[in-house]
Amino acid sequence: MGALLDNLALLRDGFLTTLRLTLISAALALVLGTLLGACRVSPVPTLRGIGTAYVELVRNTPLTLVFFFFVFVAPQVDLKLPFEVSAVVALSLYTAAFVCEAVRSGVNSVGVGQAEAARAIGLTFMQTMSQVVLPQALRTVVPPLINIFIALTKNTSVGVGFFVTELMAVGIRLTNRFPADILTVLTGIAVCYLAITIPAGVLAGRLERKVAFAR
Amino acid sequence: MTTGASSGEPLVVLAGVNKHFGDLHVLKDVDLTIHRGEVVVILGPSGSGKSTLCRAINRLEPIDSGTITLDGEPLPEEGKALARLRSDVGMVFQAFNLFAHKTVLHNVTLGPVKVRGMDKAAAEKRGRELLDRVGIGEQADKMPAQLSGGQQQRVAIARALAMDPKVILFDEPTSALDPEMINEVLEVMTQLAKDGMTMVVVTHEMGFARRAANRVVFMDHGKIVEEADPETFFTAPRSDRGKDFLSKILSH
Ligand SMILES: Nc1ncnc2c1ncn2[C@@H]1O[C@H](COP(=O)(O)OP(=O)(O)OP(=O)(O)O)[C@@H](O)[C@H]1O
Ligand SMILES: [Mg+2]
Repeated sequence: MGALLDNLALLRDGFLTTLRLTLISAALALVLGTLLGACRVSPVPTLRGIGTAYVELVRNTPLTLVFFFFVFVAPQVDLKLPFEVSAVVALSLYTAAFVCEAVRSGVNSVGVGQAEAARAIGLTFMQTMSQVVLPQALRTVVPPLINIFIALTKNTSVGVGFFVTELMAVGIRLTNRFPADILTVLTGIAVCYLAITIPAGVLAGRLERKVAFAR
Repeated sequence: MTTGASSGEPLVVLAGVNKHFGDLHVLKDVDLTIHRGEVVVILGPSGSGKSTLCRAINRLEPIDSGTITLDGEPLPEEGKALARLRSDVGMVFQAFNLFAHKTVLHNVTLGPVKVRGMDKAAAEKRGRELLDRVGIGEQADKMPAQLSGGQQQRVAIARALAMDPKVILFDEPTSALDPEMINEVLEVMTQLAKDGMTMVVVTHEMGFARRAANRVVFMDHGKIVEEADPETFFTAPRSDRGKDFLSKILSH
């Protein structure tokens, strides 16, 4: 237990870094993913092409490779970012592909008649999406979105290999220093992750009930 | 009601319109002029292209060749200009398509507020008036799912009216309704016709066609086969296919 209690400050810093990575990446991925999702269902073929290409490329690339790209390759073309910023960029871009697919399937779950009725009264494509389709898609999008964000929380641990001192990095450092307490340390780290994902799940349940409505 | 078909000036003009779905030629060189204040009923067997024709008029279906003009203006391709044009063309769907996440009143006010930039309070006042006009004022604050089919379709008509459209397109507005609800919708439509609204109506309701239409357009296999005033078409159709169609419908 001492291994954890004596290093609470380190643990707290690791926790806060993981939380920060998660929240910032989640927000950015949500915005980018929604825009990409809108591209994928847009009437403009070029936009649809861009959306599809992005999803196929990013979703099928291991996250570690995406990190690798921003931490090691990008600096060679004079794009030098602090490690934590690189991590946020990599996590956001990666997660956005999954958000995009959740948004797309949510949009597809809303009957075409809804969008047609919206267009028929003169709403533009953007208004149709924001006023009619997305609010209804939310109901179907929220559950997969929460899974995506829980995966994101865990995915921040890839940062350990790229000089970001998040929870996992703290865990490894502590187990190296206190090999006898390895079980305690890893349990403590796992609890820290749960401290993020369990409240997220509770929030999701609330949100799900809130966006539900009778059809 | 069967006055001369060309009472007003041309409002919707289709010329040489062609449309394919893959290899299927759905609209074949369609020419059709709808005049201001006119009520045109489109009849024809299933698959003859009635819905496609209707949807082409507000470009929910783009066409392959030919021209469609509304009030002298050709239909724009996409984007803002098309949205503006659509706001002048009401549409009532077979499946109602009310916005499921909005109250009845907000279904009616969404267009005026977002498209016309109307003040919210003014839009709601007008919305309630329109809902009263179609006989469902008391349901204004309910969700669409709480209403019967007939009530939902009347909301859809109010939603179209809220935009002060130049013309309203109806694609089989009563086909999804239980028989006892058909009349309440047809009555609203008949009243609209009397009030001088320009209407294009795809329907199998012969009673409505006789009562309210200035002109009947009979389609088959993507072509307009015959145009006549309702009385003439129902009593003495000129084309063989028209006769065949009527005999099938009337024997049911
Ligand atoms: N989106 C589409 N893709 C492919 N084919 C289509 C599409 N929409 C309609 N069609 C076909 O085009 C033809 C004309 O369809 P349309 O819906 O205009 O007929 P309709 O006269 O309205 O028939 P109904 O009385 O059954 O509603 C039909 O053969 C139909 O199967
Ligand atoms: Mg049809």
